[in-house]
Amino acid sequence: MTQNFDQVTVSDVSRHFGRRRALSNLSFRCEPGSILGLLGPNGAGKSTLLAILATLLRPTSGTVQYGLLGTVYDTKSTGVHGLELRAHIGFLTHDLGLYTELTARENLEFFAGIYGMGNVAAVAERALSHADLLKRADDPVASFSRGMRQRIALERVLIHGPQLLLLDEPFTGLDDQSVATLITRLLDLRTKGTITVLATHDLEMVEGLFDQAVLIRDGRMIETMIRPKSLRSLYQSTIKRESK
Amino acid sequence: MRSFFRVVWLVLRKDMTVEVRSFEIVSTTLFFAVSVVLFFAFALVKEGQPPGDAAAGILWIAIAFAGTLALGRTFEREGKSETLRALLLAPCDRPAIYVAKLLGMIGLLMAAELILVPLVALFFQAQLLDHPLWLGALLLSGTLGYAAVGTLFAAMLARARSRDVLLPILLYPITIPVIIAGVRGTATLLDPAGEMVMVRFWTMLLIAFDAVFVVLALWTFETLMTD
Repeated sequence: MTQNFDQVTVSDVSRHFGRRRALSNLSFRCEPGSILGLLGPNGAGKSTLLAILATLLRPTSGTVQYGLLGTVYDTKSTGVHGLELRAHIGFLTHDLGLYTELTARENLEFFAGIYGMGNVAAVAERALSHADLLKRADDPVASFSRGMRQRIALERVLIHGPQLLLLDEPFTGLDDQSVATLITRLLDLRTKGTITVLATHDLEMVEGLFDQAVLIRDGRMIETMIRPKSLRSLYQSTIKRESK
Repeated sequence: MRSFFRVVWLVLRKDMTVEVRSFEIVSTTLFFAVSVVLFFAFALVKEGQPPGDAAAGILWIAIAFAGTLALGRTFEREGKSETLRALLLAPCDRPAIYVAKLLGMIGLLMAAELILVPLVALFFQAQLLDHPLWLGALLLSGTLGYAAVGTLFAAMLARARSRDVLLPILLYPITIPVIIAGVRGTATLLDPAGEMVMVRFWTMLLIAFDAVFVVLALWTFETLMTD
């Protein structure tokens, strides 16, 4: 089934791990060509929500609808649903998901093959060019700096042209130039209609980047902000208000 | 179906490339397997005389222990930088990932057995190579059953903090039939008075175990890896 992620709608999503409630009745909607920020302290539930959006976890209750008339992912969804959806989702976790013994080119060619892309060599070459790492293409990833690994990892998750991009703390360990490169890439994807959901603590780095920000605490959604400015002060005042 | 086998081949080839470069799992597994046999030989062989029925048991203990070590290391590598998660995110049949890991594990254990069989035959004066086809059938079916259960559990535990402790606790009770059938089948082969009908019986038991657990693993892998 061809999916068209013209929007992603999260409706009353909850997730429990045993008796612990990681997420509680979260609802929001992402529009095409937008960047949504997931903000919140450690343990707020941001990574759990990203895992549900990536179909790696099923919600305990509630639904995620991919596209206005698209597939609904919920507690009863099977692997077949996930398989159809995963073809349109890219998820970059904090740990990057690269084989350090393989070269950058081998990593990209392997994942291009797994994603069923034709002519994996050309696809990998293009991705290396986007990452500006053509000169280091045949070096093992183990010899790369954190920033270089991050660039390769981002191209790995973009290799199949996903319509929904999920990023978990993508700025960790990056220098200023790498941050600027990543932001430029995200803005480029936004113009192409990609929906990006980005969880981060680095509020200064994402100032002005988000079309929408969702603030989560203890698994609950406590604030939604449209095109937020002065993110740090908004975040601190909201957390302070909620703590009272 | 073509895409299923394409993914199996890609994951298997990737694992072999990584292993050729690191030589980590092959070296530790073979070293451990040989060490087990040597320790038993030092402990049990007195003045060049091995105990009567020890060879079959020692061969299968070495295979089981070395297999547990290899299973843990294989998935520790995938869990280290969340590459298992990256694989699970791909729009491919997840059981193909399981099959690739299973084939890799069988290949590794068969390589260990190629060293272990002559070593056990030498130290314990066992006529292991008198019936090479039956021994091969017992080892292949036993290895498949052990690896089928082990690969499933190791994948499930890949992100668990106490996986090194939990893997043997889960694996050994379920694979007891494999060890019993393997040991009894091999012991019958080594017994000059042993009847081939019993070797056939133990081999068939192993094949039945393989069929049940391979089907069960393929059926449950997708669900187990989702939640």
